[in-house]
Amino acid sequence: MRPFTFTQVQDVDSAVQEVSAEGAKFIAGGTNLLDLMKIDVMSPSHLVDITKIALNTIEETEEGGIRLGALVTNADTAYHELVETRYPLLSHAILAGATAQLRNMATNGGNLLQRTRCYYFYDTQTPCNKREPGSGCSAIEGYNRDLAILGTSEHCIATHPSDMCVALAALEATVRVKGPQGERPIPFAEFHRLPGDNPHLDSNLQPDEIITAIDLPAQGFAQHYTYLKLRDRASYAFALVSVAAALDLEGSIIKEARIALGGVAHKPWRVPEAEAFLRGKEATTENFRRVAEAYLLGAKGYGDNTFKVELAKRAIVRALEQATKMEPTS
Amino acid sequence: MKENYTGKPANRVDGHAKVTGTAKYAAEFDAPNLVHGVVVNSAIAKGRIKSIDTSEALALEGVLEVFTHENRPGYTWLDKHYQDEDSPPGSPFRPLNSDKILFSMQPIALVVAETFELARYAALLVKVEYEREPHSTDFEANISNAYKPKKYKSTPPPDPRGDAEQAFAAAELQLEEVYSHTAQHHNPIEMHASIAIWQEDGSLIIYDKIQGVQNSQEYISNAFGVPKEKVQVYSPFVGGAFGSGLRPQYQLFLAVLAARELKRPVKVVLTRQQMFSFGHRPTTAQRIAMGASPDGKLQAIQHNAFGETSTFEDYNEDVVIWPGVLYHCDNVQVSHQLVSLDVYTPLDMRAPGGTTGTFALEIAIDEMAYKAGLDPLEFRLKNYTDTDYNEGKPFSSKELKECYRQGAERFGWANRKMAPRSMKKGHQLIGWGMAHGGWEAKQKEAAAKAVLSPEGKLEVSCATADIGTGTYTVMTQIAAETMGLPIEDVSFKLGDSSLPKSPLEGGSWTVSSVGSAVKQVCEKLQEELLKVAQKNGHEIFKDAKPEEISFANGRMFLSEAPAQSVPLLEVLALNEGKPLEAEVSAKPAKEQQKYSSYSHSATFAEVQVDEDLGTVKVTRLVSAIAGGKIINPKTARSQILGGTVWGIGCALEEHTVMDNHLGRFINHDLDKYHLPVNADIPETDVIFVEEKDEIVNPLGAKGLGEIGIVSVAPAIANAVFHATGKRIRRLPITLDMLM
Amino acid sequence: MNKENAVGTAEVTRPTLPQTRTVTLTVNGTEHQLQLAPWTSVLDALREYLHLTGTKKGCDHGQCGACTILLDGKRINSCLTLAVMQEGKEITTVEGLAKDGELHPVQQAFIEHDAFQCGYCTPGQICSVIGLVNEGKAKTLDDIKDLMSGNICRCGAYANIVQVAQEALERRTGL
Repeated sequence: MRPFTFTQVQDVDSAVQEVSAEGAKFIAGGTNLLDLMKIDVMSPSHLVDITKIALNTIEETEEGGIRLGALVTNADTAYHELVETRYPLLSHAILAGATAQLRNMATNGGNLLQRTRCYYFYDTQTPCNKREPGSGCSAIEGYNRDLAILGTSEHCIATHPSDMCVALAALEATVRVKGPQGERPIPFAEFHRLPGDNPHLDSNLQPDEIITAIDLPAQGFAQHYTYLKLRDRASYAFALVSVAAALDLEGSIIKEARIALGGVAHKPWRVPEAEAFLRGKEATTENFRRVAEAYLLGAKGYGDNTFKVELAKRAIVRALEQATKMEPTS
Repeated sequence: MKENYTGKPANRVDGHAKVTGTAKYAAEFDAPNLVHGVVVNSAIAKGRIKSIDTSEALALEGVLEVFTHENRPGYTWLDKHYQDEDSPPGSPFRPLNSDKILFSMQPIALVVAETFELARYAALLVKVEYEREPHSTDFEANISNAYKPKKYKSTPPPDPRGDAEQAFAAAELQLEEVYSHTAQHHNPIEMHASIAIWQEDGSLIIYDKIQGVQNSQEYISNAFGVPKEKVQVYSPFVGGAFGSGLRPQYQLFLAVLAARELKRPVKVVLTRQQMFSFGHRPTTAQRIAMGASPDGKLQAIQHNAFGETSTFEDYNEDVVIWPGVLYHCDNVQVSHQLVSLDVYTPLDMRAPGGTTGTFALEIAIDEMAYKAGLDPLEFRLKNYTDTDYNEGKPFSSKELKECYRQGAERFGWANRKMAPRSMKKGHQLIGWGMAHGGWEAKQKEAAAKAVLSPEGKLEVSCATADIGTGTYTVMTQIAAETMGLPIEDVSFKLGDSSLPKSPLEGGSWTVSSVGSAVKQVCEKLQEELLKVAQKNGHEIFKDAKPEEISFANGRMFLSEAPAQSVPLLEVLALNEGKPLEAEVSAKPAKEQQKYSSYSHSATFAEVQVDEDLGTVKVTRLVSAIAGGKIINPKTARSQILGGTVWGIGCALEEHTVMDNHLGRFINHDLDKYHLPVNADIPETDVIFVEEKDEIVNPLGAKGLGEIGIVSVAPAIANAVFHATGKRIRRLPITLDMLM
Repeated sequence: MNKENAVGTAEVTRPTLPQTRTVTLTVNGTEHQLQLAPWTSVLDALREYLHLTGTKKGCDHGQCGACTILLDGKRINSCLTLAVMQEGKEITTVEGLAKDGELHPVQQAFIEHDAFQCGYCTPGQICSVIGLVNEGKAKTLDDIKDLMSGNICRCGAYANIVQVAQEALERRTGL
């Protein structure tokens, strides 16, 4: 870990001001940032502790949704009554990730900003375009079991590791951010980005912006949802493939369907056109299979992770079946 | 009545220290002016260091020195000076010896600074330029270059019996397959650490994470040319090791080097990532060719192993002894060849050879049982052996049939349908599998000392280790029972190189070896007590011979006249207030040589495999163990439970991935190298079957550290086959193999 | 920042060293004032500066749980938070559990159930069980196993640890 200066701020405006300094970063839960600083993957020269800012509540919004403060911990969010009852998909997704300890520390804003867990990103003695732009990607020709099959570029096949974000994508949350130019909302689908030619950028958040809250719309799909996470051990492991599935059903007819995939791309993966196919259709395995095929169109395996293409399809079918039958998690 | 402490469950005597955090592990000792060392590791797998620039690191205030091959002091250079008790044949790696890089993550510098954080930072400032040479780390690509080592680390593979090739060709049922697993790393939760304290007189006090303090002592003494008496090594608590502490690891050498040069106490703790930079269970591939008659009698077994080793040492383990130990088959041919790669030398890891060899053999046996149309348990009974054919000796005891019987009954094996895919619940295919295994019950020479204080407190000691195995506890039990003292009056001391000679703590031989020494030293102490009594003219014991004396409840008496007992304190009082001492070195009895001694296990596993998604969950395990006398059923059960957790890890999770482009293990942390977690572990039944053995050692106990793991992974793999009909011969079994 | 000028050769610029500040940590009910740079984790503050080595370092990256402590009663990984950020919080470590020489019931239960072997992950496991009870979210056996999965035990004492946790939860809920 390299030396850094440290300051604590009490409000959003001072946070934005402090972070505008060269090399400055926010710290809240610290669970990923310190992890990466210890191995020199990240080396901010100035840390701005934002944990004292009053962004630590969960409230109902005028639009009928709820607002998750950026500094509420993942645990407090998952176990919050409003979340548990109205957005149980989110609750389940959060609890499928990390551990009790980490969820007690990690914040909602930080969860969005966690970095990939790509093996090579974590090892500074290997080339990695995300860590060191232009150095090359070791994963494409190397070991890539955990890595992406959708939306990759020739420079990077990293995945976004979050479970929470997969549910937020399915729920069509909005990220509220504030920068020197004031506040702006970012639709969740536009928050994270694909690697393209700039794999070092994970999201469209600007370096001088702070996440203040995550807004959830009124529709919470609390009746028919599933967060299905497939991984190499039963707990405390990142997803090989995960599926957040939410259905609005009228009898057996689908009024609306939401599907987001985790563990397969640089961002939670959604294909709205494929979701739209389900609208007005029967909730049948056959229809779910067709959606699954559509979701994986253009998927590309890199060897160790090629199995994910088929796995993701099967997982989508299973998740939608479970959501239909109301078996929330597995 | 005499209190029997052995054979009864007892809480760990070191339990209080461990649950309160007062038990001190290697990195937790303090010394005035202690400084911290952080290791810099090589980025490349082969080549040389062209230049190493430490100036930026040294420019930091508080950085004391950066040791590299360029400035390390010259030391002894003979290979033998770097060999330790567990060295395979070859030329041991010497930290900072030269500019040569032999493996990725090789330690190339030690940065020493006033604080840990500063040393960690300064390590980032060491600039290294390499001259790369093409490395060779691809096991499969190099298997054609496999060779028979000139000298084997363990016993050479057993000689052929009969004509396996011909018998295989003639057999009606044939099977020929390759079984493999990648490297695995020990990953004890305590990372390897050493503190070296240099003293004015040139002597060293060392705290080390090690499975044998005298091994570290000898190694440092040889490598640095310091007389043994001047090297004192302590290791009172070891936070797991599983073999990783059998050899002194490089942080010890570096801490000592720095302490001697800087004349300051130096602490070096490896990082979790660096825990992947030394020994590991080697990548292996095993060809098994097996022939059987249609009624399921084994006709031929060929078991040919290929194991990874480094370029500088020939590491091998007992992978191919198992056909001769576990089955009756007259035509057996085995071999073990090595594949030399640019990696660090592999290192014994829990049940080395046993885990690897049994996994392959026991899957093959399951396959053959299916070819013969026999229940896998029945097949094993058909090919049962009471002889160790490698040695041509009978077993000193073998209650494996009882393991089968009790294990099968507890599991409900009788209800198993032979056909794969015959049980299903929702999307979950359910499978039942079993396997058995063995582990040698060795007794090694070990010494022990006993001191009985005038107050009647007994302290027994030996330079062994307790790596979580329960050494402190069982030795205390053995001593208390032998001396007839209340357990509260007995303590056992270990982890101090000045104590009586101990073998390494490993190989499941500690109870057998050190336990026997403890028993014998107590018996010798009893003779001393008798001598004191007789010297002082004690009436009762006037003409008594040692074998006529008994001890119980803190008293001494003639065995035939227990009513006339004398308190030990009374006898001790005759010794002019001096403590009474005894010391022995316990050697295996000659009688043992006529027999072969093994512990045995039978494991029954139930798995659920998702028919679409391939996820595997172990839902039930029964492990039945024949391990001789069980000294402490409570800690023994924990050992076996731990072994089953390891078996689950081995079967389903653990593998270190070599990136052959980089020549580097790439999943080098606990996020990416999966150890089993709580949620992975099913309901597990441990059964100890009654097994009497008067030959194996004076205690009749066989040791349990390894027997718990060996048959678990194949039982799970066989259950996966029963669930899915898919035969997986490569560990770990992951969902993509079963989709 | 007075160390910026090189003392060695002209090419070498002496890197900036972090400044220390007084950090007040409340550990097991006692306030400690430490001179720490911001880069010191709570774990290192406990082990290296306060010599409270009961809290263990097993990976330093939140991947093992050996460093689990209670922060205002909740479980956290002390390796992944900075000491400077935890002033004013109540830190409880394994050293603070026994009261007047009497073991906390969870500590005692670890001994009775032989819920450890080498003992290295044990302080973290114990704090984690206490946190599990405090947090009150575990209802089923599967919940316990999942919510205790943040503490790796390489010796494999899980079955016994689960028994301790079940017992602790029953005690708390009065079942």
